[in-house]
Amino acid sequence: MLPNLPRENLLELCRRMFTIRHFEENLVLLHDKGVFGGHYHLYVGQEATGVPALSCLRADDYLFTTHRNHGHLLARGVEPKRLFAEILGRVDGLNKGKGGSFHSVAPSLGFLHSSGVVAGIIPLSTGTAYAAKAQKNGRLTVCLFGDGSLEEGAAPEAFNIASLLKLPLLFLCENNGKYGAGRAVAAAQSSSMAAYPLTELPKAYKIPAQQIDGMDAGLVHATISEAVGKIRRGEGPQFVEAQTVRFPGSETNWPTVPKPTNTALAWDVSDVPEKAREWYHSCDPLLIYIRELVEANRANRDEIAAIESQVKSEIAAAVDFATNSPYPKPEEAERDFFA
Amino acid sequence: MRELAYYEAKFEALEEIMSADERVHLINGTFLSLSPHRHVFQNLQKKFSERMFAPPISELGFCGLATGAAMAGLRPIVDLSTGSFIYEAWPQVANEAANAYSMSGGQTRVPVVFHLFHGLRGGGAAQHSGSPQAMLWNVPGLEIAIPSSPRDVKGLLKTAVASDNPTIFVDHTRLLDIRGEVPDNDQAIPFGVADIKRSGSDVTLIATSYTVQVGLQAAGKLAKEGIEVEVVDPRTLVPFDLATILSSVEKTHRVVIGDETHQSCGVAAEIAARIAESGFDKLKTRIRRVSTLDVPVPYSPGLEAHIGPSESRIMDAVRAALA
Repeated sequence: MLPNLPRENLLELCRRMFTIRHFEENLVLLHDKGVFGGHYHLYVGQEATGVPALSCLRADDYLFTTHRNHGHLLARGVEPKRLFAEILGRVDGLNKGKGGSFHSVAPSLGFLHSSGVVAGIIPLSTGTAYAAKAQKNGRLTVCLFGDGSLEEGAAPEAFNIASLLKLPLLFLCENNGKYGAGRAVAAAQSSSMAAYPLTELPKAYKIPAQQIDGMDAGLVHATISEAVGKIRRGEGPQFVEAQTVRFPGSETNWPTVPKPTNTALAWDVSDVPEKAREWYHSCDPLLIYIRELVEANRANRDEIAAIESQVKSEIAAAVDFATNSPYPKPEEAERDFFA
Repeated sequence: MRELAYYEAKFEALEEIMSADERVHLINGTFLSLSPHRHVFQNLQKKFSERMFAPPISELGFCGLATGAAMAGLRPIVDLSTGSFIYEAWPQVANEAANAYSMSGGQTRVPVVFHLFHGLRGGGAAQHSGSPQAMLWNVPGLEIAIPSSPRDVKGLLKTAVASDNPTIFVDHTRLLDIRGEVPDNDQAIPFGVADIKRSGSDVTLIATSYTVQVGLQAAGKLAKEGIEVEVVDPRTLVPFDLATILSSVEKTHRVVIGDETHQSCGVAAEIAARIAESGFDKLKTRIRRVSTLDVPVPYSPGLEAHIGPSESRIMDAVRAALA
């Protein structure tokens, strides 16, 4: 379903989902051309979780994210050109090229630190929440992590502390499903996590927890709005597990794009390679969202295609900016490791 | 000038720091380990209970909490109590706190202090006698302060809390009852300034933490044999004041290093390497290390004493340097 929002906001969510999609599809091309060499992870397939969820926050809230951070940063409004430049290791990158894909940050938007250790941010998120409570500034912390993070001991330690202190903290676990890179082939989470469903783990620490369909933008928006409201009223931490079906391009260790996205795909997937067709047909949250917009008469296909076209130009300009940005001088490696 | 016990100077610092800055929170512990002086902590607790958090036994969790809180503008001081417990928190200290500033391109500051008691404490056995400062010195992005006197613990603690970087504050339970002069108007002691604890012209003894006190005892006895030892205390490992050490070596041409980390890749090893690289021409004899022997720390008193940088081992090393 669609979020219960004015048309203008619905179209803005659409624009942001397109931004993530076209950003990452271009990133795969840049990698395949050898423009950058480091490893990276895609957010494709999870756009209907991050975009509506992050639209429920205040401008001064804190966010922590992981190695799979591009979607979160873009959903919150990071300039694509600065994120591209960071992933390409250039001076104009968000972190001046010191962080790369795994560690991109944007402190002005609340992203202080992005960790490539899957549960690294979970204890850290209790810290900003602790500080906000001490400073009585009403700021909330959102901790965005994947299902694998729950397998590290940092997660339950942090859940216990968050619950004991009733911290203003939202744990948003994005469970992007089966066939993850580096995981046992066709492994369901129950084979690597005895606490299953995953919500059993936070519930053991008395943190209210629920599972939702992370491909349903309206459900995500309603659930996160409600959870954020409870947290702001002082009810303590909340846990939401948003489930998505893993993007077929993320099944391998190095991401691929089975079919570049365009608006028309929402109604005709016959061009998609057979192996990936079912995902684009029924699991692609962006295409689902577009169909819902049209079916609910909130936008027509041309209007959506126009948004997409504008995003594509912006992304093309961002790629241009990043590829033309210089590399840092080698001696920069010896600077900026102490404040 | 006043004379205070080390623990009194340390708690005077904590009280002054907490009174002056509302951003300072104390996380876990009493900053006293098993010492009987609980009243000083209780006094602090009465005054600042709302800025103290006694967390569950979750070193990884609460070191992460403190690091995150520092990112958000607080200045937490975490007491890990027994130094070996920092191993439980290693991912947060070594992989999150230490990297955040660099990784963010100099945007995210992490003004957190991780306080711990390292070393041989008497019956600590292998799991409660760790000296993790050598491993931590191998992690860029952490400052490391290691006081040895009442005056230094007060002055260095103030600088640690004022620092915008994650700082490891390495303390030792055997220092807590040492007495020494502490000026009334004591100011912060800047990091990276070594202190000559005793002047001498024959041998330079570089020592850290409790081994400074052991070294001063040894120097006193050696003076009766006519050997004048200069005891140099770096006071911080990061940043490290090599210049003061080299000027002492220029005078004595002989170096002994006394330190409680294990010998291999230990604090003494790094100091010896730096002197060899930058001051080899000043040396008249090889550098001698008096470190903890490379074995897990045994429990029984005689066994424990045997492996540490004792007075007699230091005296032997000094005599050997002059032979």
